[in-house]
Amino acid sequence: MARMERLKTCRWRGMTPVLVAFLVLMTMVSLSNAQVAVKGEKVYTMASGVIADGVVVITDGKIAEVGPANEVTIPPGHELLDAKVVTPGLIDAHTVVGLAGQLNRDQDQDQLENSSPIQPELRAIDAYNPRERLVSWVRSFGVTTIHTGHAPGNLISGQTLAAKTGGETVDEAVLRPAVAIAATLGTGAREQGRAPGTRSKAVAMLRDKLLKAQEYSDKVAQAEEGKAPARDLEMEALAQVLSHELPLLVTVDRANDILTALRLADEFGIRLILDSVAEAYLVLDQLKASGFPVVLHPTMKRAFGDAENLSWETASKLRRAGIPFAFQSGYESYVPKTRVVLFEAAVAAANGLSFEEALSSITIDAARILGVDDRVGSIEKGKDGDLALFDGDPFEYTSHVTAVLINGDLVSGGDKEWR
Amino acid sequence: MFRSYILLFLLLGLVMTTGSALGAEKAFVGGQILTISGNQIDKGTLIVRDGKILAVGPANSVAIPENAERIDVTGKVLMPGLVDTHSHIAQVEGADSTAPIQPDVRVLDAINVRDSRIQKAQAGGITTANVMPGSGHLLSGQTLYLKLRDGKLTDDLLILLDDGSIAGGIKMANGTNSQRQAPFPGTRAKSAALVREQYIKAEEYRKKLEAAEDDPEKMPARDLRMEALVEVLTGKRVVHHHTHRFDDILTVLRLQKEFGFKTVLHHVSEAWKVADEIAESGAASSLTVVDSPGGKLEAKETSFRNGKALEDAGALVGFNTDDSITDSRLFLRAAALAVRAGMSREKALYGMTLAGARMLELEQRIGSLEVGKDADFIVLSGDPLSVYTKILETWVEGKKVFDRSDPRDRLYAVGGYGASHDQPNSFDAVLAGEVH
Repeated sequence: MARMERLKTCRWRGMTPVLVAFLVLMTMVSLSNAQVAVKGEKVYTMASGVIADGVVVITDGKIAEVGPANEVTIPPGHELLDAKVVTPGLIDAHTVVGLAGQLNRDQDQDQLENSSPIQPELRAIDAYNPRERLVSWVRSFGVTTIHTGHAPGNLISGQTLAAKTGGETVDEAVLRPAVAIAATLGTGAREQGRAPGTRSKAVAMLRDKLLKAQEYSDKVAQAEEGKAPARDLEMEALAQVLSHELPLLVTVDRANDILTALRLADEFGIRLILDSVAEAYLVLDQLKASGFPVVLHPTMKRAFGDAENLSWETASKLRRAGIPFAFQSGYESYVPKTRVVLFEAAVAAANGLSFEEALSSITIDAARILGVDDRVGSIEKGKDGDLALFDGDPFEYTSHVTAVLINGDLVSGGDKEWR
Repeated sequence: MFRSYILLFLLLGLVMTTGSALGAEKAFVGGQILTISGNQIDKGTLIVRDGKILAVGPANSVAIPENAERIDVTGKVLMPGLVDTHSHIAQVEGADSTAPIQPDVRVLDAINVRDSRIQKAQAGGITTANVMPGSGHLLSGQTLYLKLRDGKLTDDLLILLDDGSIAGGIKMANGTNSQRQAPFPGTRAKSAALVREQYIKAEEYRKKLEAAEDDPEKMPARDLRMEALVEVLTGKRVVHHHTHRFDDILTVLRLQKEFGFKTVLHHVSEAWKVADEIAESGAASSLTVVDSPGGKLEAKETSFRNGKALEDAGALVGFNTDDSITDSRLFLRAAALAVRAGMSREKALYGMTLAGARMLELEQRIGSLEVGKDADFIVLSGDPLSVYTKILETWVEGKKVFDRSDPRDRLYAVGGYGASHDQPNSFDAVLAGEVH
């Protein structure tokens, strides 16, 4: 709806057919004829509590019914699976897999384009490789949806997307082609030998661009028929931030940098997703007042640089403060090349979050923050048939993912694939 | 005169009383004890005195000395302090960029004992760590086996061997990390050739030393590089060898056969491909368990199942943190993930303790809870392989070096403001927010 309103007000009519084509394509690819019923000793729905001896019926790739086994009739022709624990397919609320590959060589590293510090026009859909092994790696640990794209490390590095970890092309995989525009503040935005070289310079540059984008938007909105300004991909992308179509995902760790991000949001009236946020516990009141969600750093992230003061208990502090948050696997430049969000939530579950709070942060809470909760994040009638099956407590090191379903299709035999 | 004797006598008495107070036994009672060397004891007693284990066994078989301080650990689990066979804590440095092989460089001369990662390692239950320089060289220097005592000087953490020397090994690497611009090698074959050349020189130096028969007139001029390599050839210094790809692993074993040094294979990402060959060679393997494959070409085929593969092949297998590749506070996670992929619990816990001790050749002193060994142990809230288990206390040689209930130690255990700063002179000031 917001998209259509913006189209009207900005009168970017030229884009409409492209969007319509995309939406049609998305509808087509989400069709699946998978018929499957999954029984679980415990089914964590993340919508209607935990069901003991539950069953989830997936018809034509969508969840058709969920409930106690003795109340749900499994329609004929449905393949049966069972597990000790069934959860919604897990969601990694921020990663770079698919743009970053496991080899860590030039040919598979597309997460950062260093030719200029500000490039919001770079789209993740133009780089995402659904066949990347890191994608199937995280999928084998139950992750069915990822928010991936351009990495932290440039002032504005590009756009992110939400994708399923299945599918053989980006069109098959994509849930939302653009989720946010990724920005970095703090030491991570500073560059050697060119601007920005300091925090203040970085913010000055960002403000300057946003002002220009505001002017551009105004010109577009006020232009008479046929007199719109020449298209400018950079300005168009930032205009989407100003119009609230896309949030600015700001990777930031130090408390003063977090407050800088909030100052910027306040000045331009933009929406943020605060990303990483190692020192969130120092500014809980301000975060809460902002209303912005947090995509928290991996619990096991290394405590270096701006993130040197991170705590394993930040997640529980955010939760107690009522600040919406989700976990991410983050960005890794060396070994391991990606973390696994299931493991990150697990360590938080051992450090102040309850089991269900931790699970919520990698399912429904993540879906809401990414704006994909109409499709994924919980086991509810009408949602996509994305499930993770476990042979024990999902967070225990020694448990296993035994199967992973996307749209009802068995896409992974779980982490035993790698054993 | 007589009075002075009385005074001396009284003083001696005082010293002896104090001494025996310091040397009083501590008895840990009621806990489950994983001795590693023997069977699990469900309700055991561990008695320590003067930094050593005085007794350990089932509650009904161990007499508690009358004056012993009793520490109730009912419901908790005791196991030996963890041995991390490969770590980069203490802001360690080794060789510089001038040459690929630098056996004269010592970690001893380049560590910071105030590094907070030592406190974090204590919080992770690590009581002994092999602190090493990096893998960007074919040979990056002499490593140190540190006891993670509370100390303010490097000397406080050293392990002295019976001959008075300082315990440590030597760090070597093959594969891609040490390949770069000359004078570094550009290929694998060149890497091996450069190493063989140095070993051959060291053999010649060794022959000269032996021929001199301690006669100062006949001794060759001192050569720090050759001296260290001779220690490798004579087996005094274990080679800790970074190696990932299966062919690189086999190259290490080939050189080992040629020159006869002792080696521990580190990382060993593709051990699952050559587990039988590793077992047959007698070389030990120290695994770094990381959350995904790749990050560099030589690690792209790593697998959680290396532990199981090596166990099945009958090889000696242990673990390391490679801190900061993995976090010392979560060292037990390495064993747990190996168990996830099929390794036995027993061998995985052995791998965290006694296997590591054997790799550092310190198994007479550490690695298991046995009478006479160092009183290095940890107190856990439950199963060591559960994510929910907390390390409550870490003891090194009978002294508590980590206590989760102490806010100062807890800061290191869970992180927070100041947790990554060097150990300050005053923790109280840090907690009060006065020092950062």
